[in-house]
Amino acid sequence: MASVVLDNVKKVYPGGVEAVKGISLNVPNGSFTVLLGPSGCGKSTLLRMIAGLETITSGTCRIADRVVNEVEPAERDIAMVFQNYALYPHMSVYDNMAYGLRNRGTPKPEIERRVREAAKMLAIEDFLERRPRALSGGQRQRVAMGRAIVREPQAFLFDEPLSNLDAKLRVQMRIEIRRLHNRLKATSIFVTHDQVEAMTLADVVVVMNQGRIEQVGKPTEVYNRPATRFVATFIGSPAMNLAPGRVIGRGKVEIPGSGTLDFDPDTFEVAEGTAVEVGIRPEDMTVATPDENTGFVIKPEFVEELGPNRLVHGTAGGEPLVLSVASSMPDLGTRALGLRVPANRVHVFDTTTGRALRRG
Amino acid sequence: MEKRAVFRSSWLPLALVTPQLIITFVFFVWPASQALYQSVLLEDPFGLKSQFVWFDNFTALFRNRDYLESFNRTAVFSLLVAGFAMGLALLLAVMADRIIKGATGYKTMLVWPYAVAPAVAGALWVFMFNPRIGIVAYVMHSIGYDWNHQIRGQDAFALITIAAVWKQISYNFVFFLAGLQAIPRSLIEAAAIDGAGPAKRFWTIVFPLLSPTTFFLLVVNIVYAFFDTFGIVHATTSGGPAKATEILVYKVFNDGFIGLDLGASAAQSVILMFIVIVLTVVQFRYIERKVSY
Ligand SMILES: Nc1ncnc2c1ncn2[C@@H]1O[C@H](COP(=O)(O)OP(=O)(O)OP(=O)(O)O)[C@@H](O)[C@H]1O
Ligand SMILES: [Mg+2]
Repeated sequence: MASVVLDNVKKVYPGGVEAVKGISLNVPNGSFTVLLGPSGCGKSTLLRMIAGLETITSGTCRIADRVVNEVEPAERDIAMVFQNYALYPHMSVYDNMAYGLRNRGTPKPEIERRVREAAKMLAIEDFLERRPRALSGGQRQRVAMGRAIVREPQAFLFDEPLSNLDAKLRVQMRIEIRRLHNRLKATSIFVTHDQVEAMTLADVVVVMNQGRIEQVGKPTEVYNRPATRFVATFIGSPAMNLAPGRVIGRGKVEIPGSGTLDFDPDTFEVAEGTAVEVGIRPEDMTVATPDENTGFVIKPEFVEELGPNRLVHGTAGGEPLVLSVASSMPDLGTRALGLRVPANRVHVFDTTTGRALRRG
Repeated sequence: MEKRAVFRSSWLPLALVTPQLIITFVFFVWPASQALYQSVLLEDPFGLKSQFVWFDNFTALFRNRDYLESFNRTAVFSLLVAGFAMGLALLLAVMADRIIKGATGYKTMLVWPYAVAPAVAGALWVFMFNPRIGIVAYVMHSIGYDWNHQIRGQDAFALITIAAVWKQISYNFVFFLAGLQAIPRSLIEAAAIDGAGPAKRFWTIVFPLLSPTTFFLLVVNIVYAFFDTFGIVHATTSGGPAKATEILVYKVFNDGFIGLDLGASAAQSVILMFIVIVLTVVQFRYIERKVSY
């Protein structure tokens, strides 16, 4: 196992598309790091540069403290699981898994041992003689994983390996991948655009947007303390509400038409009168009792029932605002609602840079 | 998925297939049955009367050294043509699959020879290899080889092989290129990560995945060498010198239309027909089962 360290890595495709615009990232030995971002943000490009399938335009990539910019994929000692699995259709499952070992001249008994062991771990022992064509999507996925595992590489790279599975199987494989990681403790870099996948699998989430890193942190960190407006709205479902506001004192912000909110400014100084964007997650607000004065009020417009919870749609400061409440709550009607929001759940963003106006 | 048109009455579909049926009948069923019929007859040199002789024409053929030699020659010729035309086409296709700049022009130029009629192609090669004025012959003379396909049988055989290969490369190239482009990139990438170098990737991944195409082309090329090379032979060597380039189709023509031995010629065409039927059956059988994934 080894660490993967990227230093100011850039990728410009022939034709001038700048897919990755300077990324520095440290994936420590044994960590499970997830690259998360919307379609086209350069996740695959970054992963493929680490794998050696794309050239690195500038910057350096180190695997196990060795600069690998000019090293062939075969010599980087990594394994990759592709989105379409890329199983060799003319080989049996066994041969698919053994191919990489044979190419490296591993002795036959050792190949046999490793393949059997991986097959057992992934519950594909019964299919070893079959061709990939005769397997279901989930089984193919396992074979692809098995092909990576038998190599015992320095690092595993996954490019959206679950996106071709149906919803149920995806959840199941997700859990299995995590279990496998806990067991093998192999350095893994996993690309996805599915935030749930990222949150559940990752030790560290790297949120990317337009070829840049927006935030690196534990799943709870990126959820609780988004560093930018992009991260705030990209992570969480339903998405975080954003409303225009104005700072009216230290740790106090006003949303025109709805009232004021306290926020936790940490050590950040924001000049009074600064226009900001205020973010509140739908699940962070609670409805106050009618006689309680919270200073922050919305007017509900309609309600969506989701089963376990209910989404109340209203407006704050002229922008739509969604509130998530338990279904067990009695019907709130259409009277104006006072809302309680804990100070540490109010996010304040710079209107131009989109950065969170607090530290930590 | 099946696409099916359903007609209410039966005259319309019949009317629609009739032209096809007429063509098939006039240009295939009728001549083929004539050949079958002729092959069991012995006709006098003036075509006045003929006699039913059972399979005498066939047994005579297989006792005839000329015919057996022509059979051998054709086998060697078709294997050489298929081998070279496919090998070179595959090489060109692999290279075309790699290049990024100017790919379209390169591909278009490689396809052109296919549009050249066999007789024209033959004429071209005759000029280039002409022992006295041909450019290729000139080059060969200057490197010490005394090329003369008008006298030396092996030169003539080489000439028709080269001409036939040249003409078939385009066709094979198109199929190989399509086959190569149908192989997902990620497979090649996976193999690269799995530690296989370019040559190994080709032989263990690309080539096996191309095998349906290769097999299809093998049959097509053999059929081509057997039958479609008539024009080339006729235009370059006319089967000579001393029958050195008389392949089976050419012999059918020579014996039937020049030698006027209609019975023997018809028997030869029946044998050729039989060969083509076998090849077609093998083709369909195999393509459906063995070589697909
Ligand atoms: N071979 C290429 N040539 C030119 N541009 C490319 C190439 N591959 C990708 N791009 C561009 O680079 C950008 C990043 O692509 P990339 O495949 O890395 O996105 P991604 O984050 O993996 O998206 P997705 O989630 O859809 O897979 C895109 O704008 C894409 O159009
Ligand atoms: Mg991608």
